[in-house]
Amino acid sequence: MGGFLSETFLAALLFGAITAAIPLLLAGLGEQMSEKAGVLNIGIEGMMIAGAYAGFLGAYYSGSFWLGFATGAAAGILVAALMALLCVRLGLNQIVIGIALTLGLEGLTALLHHFQFSRSYPRLPAAQVTPIPLLAEIPVFGPALFRHHLIVYLAVAAVFAMIWVYRRTQLGLNLQAAGDKPAALDVAGIDVVRTRTAAVLFTGGMAGLGGAYLANVGAGLFIPFITNGAGFLGIVLAMLARGRPLWVLAGALIFGGCLSLTTAAQVAGINVPTDVIQMVPFLAVMAMLVLFGRRASLPAALGIPYERGAR
Amino acid sequence: MSGDATSASATPLDASGGGGSARDIGRRLLITLGPIVVSLVLAGCVLLVLGINPLAYYGYVVDRGLLSPLGLQQTLTRMAPLLFLAAGLIVAFRAGMWNLGGDGQFLLGAVTAAASAPLLVQVLPGWLTLVAAFVIATVVAMIWSLIPALLRAYQGVNEIITTLMMSFLGVSLANVLVKLVFLDPATTVPQTRTLPVEDRLPRLFETTVTSGLLFGLVTIIAVHLMMTRTAFGLKLRVVGANPRAAVHAGLNVPLLTVTVFALSAGLIGMGGAVDIVGIQGNVRADWNPAYGLAVIPVVFLARMNGFAAIGFVFLLSVLSIGGESAARRLGVPQNFTMVLVSIVLITLAVAEYLDHRFNQARRA
Repeated sequence: MGGFLSETFLAALLFGAITAAIPLLLAGLGEQMSEKAGVLNIGIEGMMIAGAYAGFLGAYYSGSFWLGFATGAAAGILVAALMALLCVRLGLNQIVIGIALTLGLEGLTALLHHFQFSRSYPRLPAAQVTPIPLLAEIPVFGPALFRHHLIVYLAVAAVFAMIWVYRRTQLGLNLQAAGDKPAALDVAGIDVVRTRTAAVLFTGGMAGLGGAYLANVGAGLFIPFITNGAGFLGIVLAMLARGRPLWVLAGALIFGGCLSLTTAAQVAGINVPTDVIQMVPFLAVMAMLVLFGRRASLPAALGIPYERGAR
Repeated sequence: MSGDATSASATPLDASGGGGSARDIGRRLLITLGPIVVSLVLAGCVLLVLGINPLAYYGYVVDRGLLSPLGLQQTLTRMAPLLFLAAGLIVAFRAGMWNLGGDGQFLLGAVTAAASAPLLVQVLPGWLTLVAAFVIATVVAMIWSLIPALLRAYQGVNEIITTLMMSFLGVSLANVLVKLVFLDPATTVPQTRTLPVEDRLPRLFETTVTSGLLFGLVTIIAVHLMMTRTAFGLKLRVVGANPRAAVHAGLNVPLLTVTVFALSAGLIGMGGAVDIVGIQGNVRADWNPAYGLAVIPVVFLARMNGFAAIGFVFLLSVLSIGGESAARRLGVPQNFTMVLVSIVLITLAVAEYLDHRFNQARRA
């Protein structure tokens, strides 16, 4: 154990920041799309926990991390399909259904976990990393930033993919319109319900993936309530980012850094109670909301179900 | 104005709760009890999948939560904090504010009440100690809601997120306080000092039911009447139904917003106090009953009507006391109650939708 600022310590700190940031990034990117399209997805916490549980099951029984990510994303999409059916198609209250989904899935996964694994708490082996040639050799930054599971690089690539979608494609415009002026989109001949449904399903997939990463790579096991508000942090990221994917990335890194800093401090022998550690990301969020909250603009039709001809 | 859009849809102005013809009452009964029955069946299917006989489970829950004298007394005792929570949520939801931070407000109220009461009782007369504990819990919970309230009132920041974040913070802070600050030096388990049983809220008659139940009942009825029968309540409901119209009507919306949060959080903090000085006597480390999220469905189920909420709080208490017994005896974790409550919430929303469509079709 070197000093507080030794190279290995710094590398571990940065590595931890990335690992903690990825689930938030995936959730934030997902939530961003559904908010853009006018659906406030409070159920994202439930989608994440479903993804964490299903992702763990998939990886545990198949031995493949990729299959785990696939089952995690699939579980997230499944939950999102229910949300889309209830909130987008039937137009039920998004907050009520969101709370219900979060509550129900937290309970359900805890229940299933209890009956399956309550005595054994099995762990997954450490995730296989894909070092990026040359870059991974840089001292400190190399092992911290360029020796991660392949999905980490894909998640960062997704940020740029989203920028492209929002800026350059018709789909991006449609999503924006579905959130700002759904009636205009309808007049233009595009199905609002279908656009919003697609956005919600995407959110579910991303949240499920984030949950699976959190359980499989971040923790190596599933424990009940493992997401502990990560989905809600994703909502905050999406709110503060004002529709810009790069800002979600920046925010996720800041929150991830906060998480990693406190864990690292504990490893370095500075005695911080776990309850204090758990408070840090939320403190960071509140600080950001107090500082930048005013500018956290949201689409005009957010949370309002679309009904043709209604005023 | 980010919060307006999301909140406006949830709060109808017709607060009186209907009434009217027998047919109307029958319809309301149907769309209230129907979802509950459907939910029990759906949740029963979950139990079946887990290899548990749903009838045995429900039978056990009803037996332990409702039919056995001891269980019934526990159920009535459990109602006391839940009624305060429901009252706090009714104020907020009727005024169109989504206070989802109940757990943090509740726990901080409980912890500060637990920390102060055993010390105060040494210098103050018993009744004054209880009053002081209530006041402290109320004020602490109010302070905890201040940031979301100010952000919503003056910056237009969506309160759903800020209250949730403050709730996570509050739960952790409460734990830190119990473990580091308000620790009872006399015990090895981390917990606050214990208020002696004789100094707690008196019990009702010859039972074990706390008199906190009466306070809870009076409070929720008072809140209901305030929201439905007073000019102040009407103002709050106007803010909830249409904040922009409220501004045009000359209402001081930011001030009313902060007031709503203070009232809501204060009532929830009182719930924490009543749980401590009436029932628990102290707070153990990592104690978090998570009543906050469980009571939200109750308030919706009751359509934000205080009288109806009393009935549903009773139902939730039966479920939760019976569920705790079942967790010990049948090995079904308490989490099952969460699943059941969430299914109720969804089926209720669907039932309201179907009812709405049915009415539209009949009118057309």
